[in-house]
Amino acid sequence: MRKLLTFLLLLAVIGLGVFWIVTRPKPLAPDALAGLVPDPVHGEQVFWAGGCAACHADAEAKGDAKLILAGGQRFVSPFGTFIAPNISNDPVAGIGDWSDLDLANAMVRGVSPEGAHYYPVFPYASYARATLQDVVDLRAYLATLPADPTPSAPQEVGFPFNIRLSLGAWKFLYLDDRWVVTGDLSPAEERGRYLAEALGHCGECHTPRDALGGMERGRWLAGGPVPAGKGNFPNITPAKLDWSEADIVEYLTSGFTPDFDSAGGHMALVVENTTHLPAEDRAAIAAYLKKVPPAE
Amino acid sequence: MKTFFAGLTIASLAVAGVATAQDAPFAREIKARQGIMVYRAMQLGVLGGMAKGEVEYNAEAAQKAADNLVTAVSIDASMLWPKGSDNSANPASTALAAMWEDGSGIGDKAKALNDAAAAMQAAAGTGLDGLKTAMGPVGEACGACHKAFRVPTN
Repeated sequence: MRKLLTFLLLLAVIGLGVFWIVTRPKPLAPDALAGLVPDPVHGEQVFWAGGCAACHADAEAKGDAKLILAGGQRFVSPFGTFIAPNISNDPVAGIGDWSDLDLANAMVRGVSPEGAHYYPVFPYASYARATLQDVVDLRAYLATLPADPTPSAPQEVGFPFNIRLSLGAWKFLYLDDRWVVTGDLSPAEERGRYLAEALGHCGECHTPRDALGGMERGRWLAGGPVPAGKGNFPNITPAKLDWSEADIVEYLTSGFTPDFDSAGGHMALVVENTTHLPAEDRAAIAAYLKKVPPAE
Repeated sequence: MKTFFAGLTIASLAVAGVATAQDAPFAREIKARQGIMVYRAMQLGVLGGMAKGEVEYNAEAAQKAADNLVTAVSIDASMLWPKGSDNSANPASTALAAMWEDGSGIGDKAKALNDAAAAMQAAAGTGLDGLKTAMGPVGEACGACHKAFRVPTN
């Protein structure tokens, strides 16, 4: 009996240990950014490619107002409603006092400066593929943007999803920084893959998710119903998206489809970002989309 | 026996037909307004084809398309947008209920489209550069409504 108890106790300790190892936040090494020199000018390109303003600025904002990253947009999901936080340069309400490493941990590891897990509504499952050079460039650019004192709203997420440690298990299952589309790619297609799979985080909407909210890599960019919402995210694999590369470039520039419909919903915000990219980057995204495995 | 089954089939089709009509409220309004959208898009296609350089600029054709666009954004379509005729009432529509909420700004957005179309009408026949310049605000006006009031579709 005593032996059995000891055995069970040992098992429990091991279980807790495994749980801790699986679920604890895993930030970067303190010297991970050593030697990287920030370039704020390139950081602006990272800003538009990463689509920060699409969620963190007011949805109706135009022009310079898009640079006020006070948060507040609401994202309804099957797990609760997430509210974009203030990431303006305000040291209290925003992220003005963050170090380069803080931003890198947030973006590529989904870990806050306090060491807590972020919800994956913040697309670190995509940003995990970003280069650390791009992250420090972005940090330098964000430091040039206005400060806004609006406090971030609390997330409206109920039990059990409000247990942040459980997100460690989510990351264990789904945080995967390997490329989805592999094989022989031209330099332009590789650039497009970087823009689409890492910074642009296209898969966050266009790839269907399983019951726990993980992206189904096997149905990459195949679209599907909007979870807990109306409408459909379109399939943008070559199985459905039969636009020419020039059509895709035009869409990412002006928002016009080949039929002269125009981008709607959150995609209109995406186009407000991609229109700021260099033309060759939009062409790279188009080239990449043609290399995505067709999925019905 | 055969007659019985044929009768049953016809009866069930009739029931299905009635059910479809009942399950699809505002079907005519939705069809009509979507038709107007397509008509506008076709005029924009003429102008956009020239702006993109896919079609050679032709002042007369451009003017005609711009005139048509102005006509299409000017007609009174208010009866096609009754409150409640959104995507939750009938999935054939991609409109969001937010359009009908107080403070949605739909009136301002509609006016922005009218202004942009009028500017296009003034510019389209004067040369390719003017047409290209006028295209931006038209696209912005289309996008402003689609961004705020349409479910994800494209």
